[in-house]
Amino acid sequence: MRIVVPGRVETHILSGMTERMHFEHNIVGGDFTRAGYASSQVKKALKTLDVDMAIIKRTVVATYEAEVNVVAHACNGMMIVDIDGSTIQVVIQDEGPGIEDVEQAMVEGFSTASSEVREMGFGAGMGLSNMKKNADSLHIESEPGKGTKVEILMALDGREEVRSKK
Amino acid sequence: MTVGDIVQALELTVYCGKKGLERRVTGGYVSDLLSDVMGHADTGQVWVTLQTHKNVMAIASLKDLAAVILVTGHKPDENTAHQSEEEAIPVLGTHMSAFDVTGKLYELINK
Repeated sequence: MRIVVPGRVETHILSGMTERMHFEHNIVGGDFTRAGYASSQVKKALKTLDVDMAIIKRTVVATYEAEVNVVAHACNGMMIVDIDGSTIQVVIQDEGPGIEDVEQAMVEGFSTASSEVREMGFGAGMGLSNMKKNADSLHIESEPGKGTKVEILMALDGREEVRSKK
Repeated sequence: MTVGDIVQALELTVYCGKKGLERRVTGGYVSDLLSDVMGHADTGQVWVTLQTHKNVMAIASLKDLAAVILVTGHKPDENTAHQSEEEAIPVLGTHMSAFDVTGKLYELINK
């Protein structure tokens, strides 16, 4: 119930921003020259919306690692970004080999990357733990032989709120 | 301290990204594992590495690093140089090893 006090101007104070934003980027499997492009677009968008720099930094670490995983392992994928007043949601989904055992993949140091990918300095088994450390909420669904869907949630108005929804 | 100051003090080669020589340097990070840099490097740091491919610039840009120093005579790939110019993040070079250049860099930054 809302009580309106006569004579006082009613103001609506919205926490955070009010703009909504939705965009999508293709991620091409195997094309390392474009790895990071989708994440750089996310960074640009968040800067435009004046999101707190600490949140932008964490978001970008998580999205970059997810993007690189698509490039290193999958055939092709999409990064779908939705931003509203309280949350940044980034979904990265791909058509690819999937992850046999997500729990095992989350263990730092575990990697199935090819030696070519490792020589470039990728595939050290740190990607998923970087995502977990930096995302407020991380959800991974994978079907071996079909593909993987990763959902990263970032809270714009306090990290705890989204964390508790886990 | 700026990237340009470091170039002068350590006699580094500036391969590309000259527009970024005025960037302020806050510290450094040394690693050849990209996810390690992604997870641990921070804004304004100089990254010492032997990786020369374009993804180095993607990371330098996403992490707002001040510059990249390639060790033991490594040179940036052509598309790395191109992105360095675009992002105005200098790629520098030295014949020193990662150990030697990092030692000098640490002394210089913490003087």
